[in-house]
Amino acid sequence: MTVTQTPGAERNRVGLTRADYDGAKTTLCPGCGHNAITAAIIQAAFESNVEPHRLAKLSGIGCSSKTPAYFVSSSHGFNAVHGRMPSIATGVHVANRELLLIGVSGDGDTASIGLGQFCHLVRRNVPVVYIIENNGVYGLTKGQFSATADVGSTMKGGKANEMMPIDCCAVAIELGCGFVARSFSGDVKQLRALLKAAIAHRGTAVLDVISPCVTFADHEGSTKSYAYVKEHDAPLHGIDFVPYYEDITVDYAPGTTREVTMPDGSHILLKKLGEDYDPTDRDHATAAIRDAQKEGKLATGLLYVNPTSPPYDDELKLADPPLATLPLEQVRPSRQVLTQIMEQLQTGRGMGAASGGG
Amino acid sequence: MKPVINDFSIHVATVNGSGSQTANTVLLRAIFQMGIPVSGKNLFPSNIAGLPTWFTIRASGKGYLARGERNDVLVVMNPETAAEDVASVEPGCVVVLNDQIKIPALPEDRIVYSVPMKSLIEPITTDVKLRRLVVNMIYVGVLAELIGIDEKEIERALDAQLGHKKKALELNHKAVRAGWEWAKASLEKRDPYKLERMSATQGKILIDGNAAGALGAMFGGVTVATWYPITPSSSLVESLIGYLERFRRDPQTGKANFAVVQAEDEIAAVGMVLGAGWAGARAMTSTSGPGISLMAEFTGYGYYAEIPAVIWDIQRVGPSTGLPTRTAQGDIGFVHSLSHGDTRHVVLLPSSVRDCYDFAMAAFDLAERLQTPVFVLSDLDLGMNNWMSDPFPYPEKPWDRGKVLSEKELEGLAKFERYRDVDGDGIPYRTLPGVRDAKGAYFTRGSGHDEAARYTESSETYPRVMDRLSRKYETARSLVPPPVVETVEGAEIGFLAFGSSHWALVEARDRLTAQSLKSSYLLLKALPFTADVPRFLTAHSRIYVVEQNRDGQMAALLKAEYPQLAGRIRSVLHYTGLPITAGFVTGEVLKQEAELAPVAEGMMR
Repeated sequence: MTVTQTPGAERNRVGLTRADYDGAKTTLCPGCGHNAITAAIIQAAFESNVEPHRLAKLSGIGCSSKTPAYFVSSSHGFNAVHGRMPSIATGVHVANRELLLIGVSGDGDTASIGLGQFCHLVRRNVPVVYIIENNGVYGLTKGQFSATADVGSTMKGGKANEMMPIDCCAVAIELGCGFVARSFSGDVKQLRALLKAAIAHRGTAVLDVISPCVTFADHEGSTKSYAYVKEHDAPLHGIDFVPYYEDITVDYAPGTTREVTMPDGSHILLKKLGEDYDPTDRDHATAAIRDAQKEGKLATGLLYVNPTSPPYDDELKLADPPLATLPLEQVRPSRQVLTQIMEQLQTGRGMGAASGGG
Repeated sequence: MKPVINDFSIHVATVNGSGSQTANTVLLRAIFQMGIPVSGKNLFPSNIAGLPTWFTIRASGKGYLARGERNDVLVVMNPETAAEDVASVEPGCVVVLNDQIKIPALPEDRIVYSVPMKSLIEPITTDVKLRRLVVNMIYVGVLAELIGIDEKEIERALDAQLGHKKKALELNHKAVRAGWEWAKASLEKRDPYKLERMSATQGKILIDGNAAGALGAMFGGVTVATWYPITPSSSLVESLIGYLERFRRDPQTGKANFAVVQAEDEIAAVGMVLGAGWAGARAMTSTSGPGISLMAEFTGYGYYAEIPAVIWDIQRVGPSTGLPTRTAQGDIGFVHSLSHGDTRHVVLLPSSVRDCYDFAMAAFDLAERLQTPVFVLSDLDLGMNNWMSDPFPYPEKPWDRGKVLSEKELEGLAKFERYRDVDGDGIPYRTLPGVRDAKGAYFTRGSGHDEAARYTESSETYPRVMDRLSRKYETARSLVPPPVVETVEGAEIGFLAFGSSHWALVEARDRLTAQSLKSSYLLLKALPFTADVPRFLTAHSRIYVVEQNRDGQMAALLKAEYPQLAGRIRSVLHYTGLPITAGFVTGEVLKQEAELAPVAEGMMR
C-alpha cells in the first residue's frame, strides 16, 4: 500500500526520487539514533509526496536540532535558539499557512529550556510535525541528565537520576494535542508510518522518538540505551499509513484492525496486538502511558489522535492566501478609512479602538 | 487681579478606578473644542483600583504641550492624599475641594472653593456605586462655571464619550448640571484663571502615541502582531486589534488578513515575529523594558541571521519592575546593542504622535530593507497620554519590501547565496520559504555561517561577516529618519533631545531666548547618528543633551562615537518618573551656564 522501495530511480507523485529528499552529510556520532530518524523523515517525505518548496524545517539547539540540515536540502530551514523553535514555528505558520512545518527538537530543547513554548505550541494547535529526538541526555555539552531521564537511569560515570522524568507525550495529551505518538529510532517501520500520519494531520503532531545516544547514554544502567529500549519496547499496535489516493485493502480479519480517517482522506490502520487499544480515547491514552511506566515498559505507537481538533489558522480565521503573500492594496486600508478615523479623533466620537489601562 | 487667560494647569487628585477618566476626558475635550491647545497627562499607579491617581490638564494658548510645572487649579477628590496635595499648592493657586474631605488649614493666599459634592450627588441617584462614579462630573460642572468652559462644549464632549449609553449619559449630564448650577449660584470667583475661545485647534486631532503607532502599523500593512501584556505598551496592540478588527477583516467571510497572537511571554512574542518575518510577513511586537530584557537572545539572532522584525519599546522606569506606570527614557543604551556579542540595532525615536504614526510604517520599511530588527523607542508619556496633532496624512509611498528575490529573479540567477553582499551596501538578498526554485532554499542559523549560509567557525569568515554587518549599519545611516535641526544665528549652546522631551525643549528654548540665552536645537529621530549630528556638535561650544534617565545614555553614545567632541557634551537628566517640564530644563541649563560664568559672562546675557 505504500510506494515500494527500489532505491534510486523510483519517482513519487510529485516526480521526485528519494535522493531528492537528501540533505547534507550528518556530523553526528556514527550510530547515533538521530541519523536513523533523519533517514525515516527522508523516506516519509518522499512517500508522502512532499514538495520541498512547501516544506520548512525548524529546530532549536542541541544534537537533534542540527539534523534539519541533513534532510531535504531543497527546503528552507531555520535553526532557532535553544528551546524556542515553537515560537518560530508559530510565526512561520501564521505568515504562511501553506507551508508544511517539520520541527526537530531534543529532550533538553523541549522538556527543559523549551517546556513553556512546547506547551503553548500544543495549546494553540499550530500545525507542526514536532519530533522530539529523546535520549535523556545532553549530548553537545557532554552527558548531563535531561529532564526526560528515568528515575534510576545512570550517567556514564554511574550516577543515578533521582528526579521524576517529564513525559512529553503525557504533557501533550493533557494539553489537548490532537496527535501524540511515541516511537523508537530502532523501529523504522513504525516510525515511518507515524511520520506519514503526522504529516497528514492538521494541527500539532507530537512524536516522541526514543533515540539512543551512542556516546553518553548507551551503557548498561541507562534506560535509553539501544539494548534497553529494544528490550522494553511495547508497541500498542502495528501501524500502517494509507494515503488518500490509495484504497484500503481489507485483508485483515474483522475485529483485528482499527482505522482512523484523516482530514485529507488518508487512513491510519492500526493492527491489534494482544489487547485492543483505542487511540481516540484520551483517558485511555494517559492510562496506557502510566501503566507501561509502572511495568518498566515503553508504550510505542499512536497514543492519541483526534483528527478534527481545529488548527491554529482556523482558530484565527486567517484569509486563504498566506499573509506573507498579500499585496499592499489588501493590507493598507483606503484613504476614506483614514479620513473617517481622523474625523473621529477630532470629535472624540465613535472611537472603535480599545483603550489600554494601567 | 490680573486675569490669567488660557495659560494654566488643572490637576485632579483622585483614586484610580473611581471613574474619573471619563470626567477628565470630558474636560480635556471640551477645552480642545473651545479651540485652546491642551494636553492631558495621566499620572497613575500600578494598580487597578484604590490607589491615588492624578490627571493634569494643561491649557496653553501658546501651544505648549509639555507638563506644566505648577498646579494652578487643584481638584481634591482623594482623602488619602489630600493633605499632601494641598501642601503642594503655591500662592495664588486654587483648590476645588470635595467638602467631605478634611484638609489642614491653608495660608490665605491659597483660594479654596469647598464644594458640597455629597449633597449635590445624592438627589441624582440612589445607587451608591453609581454615585461614587458620577460624583466626578460634579467637579466638571463646577470647573466649567469657574474657569469658563462653554457648557455646550461640555455637553458635546460628554455626548461623544457616552452617547452610546443613553442612561449613563443622562446621569452624568445631571451631575455636570448640578455642579454647574451650584457654582453659578453659590461660588464667588476669587481667582484669575479663565479660558477664552481661540481657534488654535481647528481641524486638529487628539490621540495617544500608542493608538497613533497602531494606526501607522495598520496603514503600513502589518500582517502579524504578537505581544505579551505589559504596561505601558498593551494599549498599542489593543488599539491595533481594534483597528484591524474594524478595517482588515472581511465582513462577508469573517476572514482576517492579519494575525494577532497573544504570546506566553516576550521571548515567544519576538520569536513569532522572527518566524513570521523570515517567512515574509510584516511582523511586529510591542513591549516595555522587562520584555526587552527577555528579547535579548532572539534579537541578537535577528541581527546575525538578518531577519526583519519591528519591536516597539514603550519605555517605563527601570531597572527591574521599576515604576511600571511612570515614564522614562532609560532603555536607549540597552536596546541599541541588545544581545550578547557585537550588535548595533537601528532605533527610531518618535517625539510626537505624528512620529509614532510615521515611524510605525518607516520601521517596517527599514526592517525589510535592512533585514534586521528595528526598534521604535516610545515612552509612557508619549504612548499613553493624549496629544494634540494635525491629522495624519495618508501614506503616498508604496511599501519597501527590500531585497526579496521573486521566483522569476531567482530563475534568472546562476546561483543564489543568502549572505553575499552583491551590491556593496552590506545588504544581501533573501528568498522566502515557499519559493519553487530549489536554488533559493537556504538554512538559517544563529551559529557561524558563511556567504552561502553554510555552517562555519572559520577565523577568516567570522570577521568578514561581522564587517559586512558593520557595512550594513553604515548604510542604515542614510536610510533612517534624519534629525530636525534648528540652527540659531549666534547661539553658542545647542540642545540635543529626542522623544517626549521635545515638548519641554520647545518651551524651554522660548523661555531662555526671552532671557537672552539663544540656543540651537537638534531633535534626534533615530540611531545610528546621521552626518547632521557631528556637524551640529562641531558648530556649538556646549551641547546640552536632554534625556529622561540617570546616566546620560544618549550622551554616552555620542561621546563614544565622537570622542574628539566629547568635551562639549553636557547632560540635562530628568528621572523622576514624571514627564519632564520646561522649567526643569531651563533651571538645569542656567545652573550649568552659571557655573561656567567666568568664561561665558557677557557673551550671553
